[in-house]
Amino acid sequence: MSHRSFVWLCLLPLAVVTAAFFLLPMARLVVTGAGGPQGLAGYLAILTEPRYRATLINTVLLAAATTIVTLIVATIAGMFLQRHRFPGRAVLIAMLTFPLAFPGVVVGFMIILLAGRQGLIGDFSNRLFGEKLVFAYSIYGLFLGYLYFSIPRVILTIMAAVQKLDIGLEEAARSLGAGPWAVQRDVVLPALAPAFVASGAIAFATAMGAFGTAFTLATNIDVLPMLIYTEFTLAANFSISAALSVGLGIITWFILALARSFSGSAVAAAG
Amino acid sequence: MRDRLIFTSQLIFTLLVASFLVVPAILSISAGVTVNYFRGIQSGVTLQWVAQVWELYAGTILLSFVIAFATLALTLAVGVPAAYALHIRGGRMSRVVEEIITLPLAIPGLAIALALLLTYGDFGDFRRSWLFILVGHVIFTMPFMVRSVMAVFATIDIKTLDESAASLGASPWRRFRDVIVPNALPGILAGSLMVVTLSLGEFNLTWMLHTPLTKTLPIGLADSYASMRLEVASAYTLIFFVMIIPLLVAMQLFAEKEAKR
Repeated sequence: MSHRSFVWLCLLPLAVVTAAFFLLPMARLVVTGAGGPQGLAGYLAILTEPRYRATLINTVLLAAATTIVTLIVATIAGMFLQRHRFPGRAVLIAMLTFPLAFPGVVVGFMIILLAGRQGLIGDFSNRLFGEKLVFAYSIYGLFLGYLYFSIPRVILTIMAAVQKLDIGLEEAARSLGAGPWAVQRDVVLPALAPAFVASGAIAFATAMGAFGTAFTLATNIDVLPMLIYTEFTLAANFSISAALSVGLGIITWFILALARSFSGSAVAAAG
Repeated sequence: MRDRLIFTSQLIFTLLVASFLVVPAILSISAGVTVNYFRGIQSGVTLQWVAQVWELYAGTILLSFVIAFATLALTLAVGVPAAYALHIRGGRMSRVVEEIITLPLAIPGLAIALALLLTYGDFGDFRRSWLFILVGHVIFTMPFMVRSVMAVFATIDIKTLDESAASLGASPWRRFRDVIVPNALPGILAGSLMVVTLSLGEFNLTWMLHTPLTKTLPIGLADSYASMRLEVASAYTLIFFVMIIPLLVAMQLFAEKEAKR
């Protein structure tokens, strides 16, 4: 057998698996999305139908809030951990990164333990103010869950980016008379921009498309993945759920592709 | 003085973030071995909940391992040769193929699961078997294996190795087995750890693809969160931690070792 045909042979199984179980189903999904009573206009329903549009806006706002807060939290903690050496640092890093392997369902349960009916926060607020604070089963619980999910990932990216920063630039800025805030604002943060874009995009796309956490917390939280799920399983509305999930897929793919072209590194969602 | 203040406030902030992540996990672990979580740890320590979980959900744990290792076998058999071919061929076509197989990372699992259901949902026997879940896991984890192996090929001069083995008269298959695979081993190991970890924890796809007879561990977890008492749900989560954390530690140790090389 020639080398050329051997290389083709190596590629064949992947081509078959991908075509049969990814490309063909995705094509079917796109066709089904246009197969409803409205035809191709079904794809516009996500924007024209008030209920779907409200859910879309809700989801985007939630994802944006998750991204911004995660970036702020992770930058403060990541910069601190990378710039200082102190006893217990390794343990602290381990504590901040061990939830990396938790699937969304488990993250949901963690939030229930914090803010659910038997949760820690409710317990404290009950003792302090005589009122039980329970918000795990609302969009605030979901927000907390996505923070829990995203912080470890983003911290790792920020720490790696801070490590690569050239300390000399900061020293130069200081020696030219820049104050600590000016150094952060004009030297450090701009240099970290690619890391912010890459990790922020992952946090955003995950918060848009993740399903496990929302599913664990409550089935009536108004976000896009839950809407798709209920349309498909409860209402058996195949064409609308297909159209909505194609729309959701295009949004998350687009965000990640945009981030990748900007930051130049591989970017993937998870969860 | 000022530096001291900044250091301390940053430390306190970081500690707060760490406790946000760690405290619920500790709560979960302690609840899993507490007689009555509502009354607290004073009510006694017990393994009865763990035993109950095993009785109720042993099947899901077993199926998760079966699926994880079947996924690993398939991603190895399909992904490693493909990574080699994509690297050797290079060029535009390889980039397009890599782009396509990476798409499942950018598209929510829910959408992929719907697509699989709409396409193969009517093939009753296939739909009802665990192979249906396996297919989803293979599509979802394949890019991790392929890219992890390709990353190794990018750091060693695999073409020269391959050509020198060819000039000594080795057949393509022998070269693949005796030269390519041993050299790709670090990438294969890293990819394998990733694939098994992801498959064990996969929920988004699996929830849509499972049937009452093909429940995996994360499906069982969601089930117990919804319908079992907190102690049972916690004990189940505890079992999941025991399974997944060694894999995570191995993955990080491995990454550190690679970074040092």
